[in-house]
Amino acid sequence: MSKKGLILEGSHFMNGDIACAEGAIAAGCRFFAGYPITPATEIAEHLAQRMPEIGGIYVQMEDEIASIAAVIGASYAGVKAMTATSGPGFSLMQENIGLAVMTEAPCVIVDVMRGGPSTGQPTLPGQQDVMQAKWGSHGDYEIIALAPSSVQEMFDLTIEAFNLSETYRVPAILLADEVVGHMWEKVVIPSIEKIKIMNRKKANVPPKAYAPFMPDDDLVPPMACFGEGYSFHATGLTHDEHGYPQTSSSEAQQKLVKRLCDKIRKNADKIIRVEEVMLDDADVVVVAYGIVARAALSAVRKARENGIKAGLLRPITLWPFPESYVAKIAKQAKAIVVPEMNCGQLVREVERAAKETPVAFLSKLGEEPHTPMEILEAIRRNC
Amino acid sequence: METEIVHPLAKYLREAMMPHIWCSGCGNGIILNCFVQAIDELKMDLNKLVVVSGIGCIGRAAGYVNTNSFHTTHGRPIAFATGVKLANPELEVVIISGDGDLFAIGGNHFIHAARRNIGIKVICANNFNYGMTGGQQGPTTPIEALTTTTPYGNIEHPFNLVHLAAASGATYVARWTTLHVRKLTQSIKKLLQKEGFGFIEVVSPCPEIFGRYNKMRTGLEMMEWFRKASMVENFSDPAKAEITPERIVVGEFVDIAKVSYEKLLHEKIAEINEKKMAMVS
Repeated sequence: MSKKGLILEGSHFMNGDIACAEGAIAAGCRFFAGYPITPATEIAEHLAQRMPEIGGIYVQMEDEIASIAAVIGASYAGVKAMTATSGPGFSLMQENIGLAVMTEAPCVIVDVMRGGPSTGQPTLPGQQDVMQAKWGSHGDYEIIALAPSSVQEMFDLTIEAFNLSETYRVPAILLADEVVGHMWEKVVIPSIEKIKIMNRKKANVPPKAYAPFMPDDDLVPPMACFGEGYSFHATGLTHDEHGYPQTSSSEAQQKLVKRLCDKIRKNADKIIRVEEVMLDDADVVVVAYGIVARAALSAVRKARENGIKAGLLRPITLWPFPESYVAKIAKQAKAIVVPEMNCGQLVREVERAAKETPVAFLSKLGEEPHTPMEILEAIRRNC
Repeated sequence: METEIVHPLAKYLREAMMPHIWCSGCGNGIILNCFVQAIDELKMDLNKLVVVSGIGCIGRAAGYVNTNSFHTTHGRPIAFATGVKLANPELEVVIISGDGDLFAIGGNHFIHAARRNIGIKVICANNFNYGMTGGQQGPTTPIEALTTTTPYGNIEHPFNLVHLAAASGATYVARWTTLHVRKLTQSIKKLLQKEGFGFIEVVSPCPEIFGRYNKMRTGLEMMEWFRKASMVENFSDPAKAEITPERIVVGEFVDIAKVSYEKLLHEKIAEINEKKMAMVS
């Protein structure tokens, strides 16, 4: 099939889960392993139909632990790979997300967040996995997480997640929520030539000289895959540049773990994306992400109509956290309002970056996202 | 002039990873030896071979083989290998792991991989306990055996691994002990040439840990148990092949032909695309 026929170029009316699946295809994903779970099931269902049509693999595994393990396996076999789940499945995946971090396996994990903890409220939206996305697996590491606010962004940011994951050899998480997953909106899919695609750096030395975890200047090692003529070992154990276990060397532990963190931290400026609306003169800034940012934007506009200098800072990248952007607005704003569908997660990062500037938290649980009026009230209380 | 003597199978091992971590009297070296002997006799393309293992003593085997290798998290080598095999069916994917990794924490993946008949090959070192963590009770620990977590004797029924594999749908099932070096090597050769999911259990001595608690303090004593108790009964009923102190039935249990999952999947993909092309034209 021609490259052109692979993606559904044009304007569509579709839901967020399907847009995410189409984004994966456009990004070059040709392997999906998953397990049914509300509200992410439609991603699997759509890819079960689409993958065979484009010569890709869809496999339903026995659980989410197996799904992420198979995704890492496919990635090491040289294929762009993804899995999609919600809270309970995301919890099960955490150990192997650490394996993907440690073995630097590019892969994308979609978490369409619902209400938790435990089985929680499967059909209602939540933003309760924000901290888990950063800290869920044991040990120190850095990761990339993106939060889409619209169905169009379910498409765009899935591609972005693949590009970042391939560039930095790190798992990238699309932290969606039930509303953006199930909402139907217009999605414009550009022609394949207009979509920016990044692929992992290939091994560029003869097999005998190849050290699988020897980084370039950007701290990211070029990646050979199974069957490409490079004999190499990869392990979840602390390892040296050759991939050989170093279980009692403090030097090896420091070198590896620091590099795994630094390759994200030192490239954070290149990774981080935010949307800034009416921030130049803002007295009150709303920091909101995901579906909540849509209501926040509406609230900010209404506040402006009422003569309140309000603005919106929407982190598109949740991890690494855009703290320099928050620090900047904190210098000028009198107050920051953070509405989230949880008991207070990203607000902690906002408080840390805002320093002396007061931060008001607006929690919502177990129902539809915040209304513009609720956020407007919070803006009024804090202006 | 002195000439350096090189072991004929040395080329299959990563010298930088030596010496290995295994105790004296451990059977893992025998299993690794039989495996590399089999790939040598089959003249396998090492570039197309991927060896995967989980966590445990034998889990280090993947790193020792000089080929594509991956050391996964505990219990997950089969799930990882499923991704590798589906993404590139040309690769020969072999798992070498232990009884705890494959049948306790990883048991779910084993039965489902066998049910799907995915073309990966599993070699299990069964040493009746968790050796690496110091000898705890596991899914194959015999009744009444002493381990650090069954100090009064084990009251859990062990899995009969060959029965489990056969019932789950494996196309090839065999059991050997580390005493049966030649038969094990031939069996691994057969395993590597089978289509679909294949399984070999290798009963392996752990004198330093399991043996110490169970009156078999040396590798020799454990091998003596295998010699006395094992009987070759090819294609006997795997349901009746429980391992007991008196009897270890070894041999091949299952050797059937069944189309592999990856073959069915790729046939399906081809069929879907042919239909699509026909519709277009």
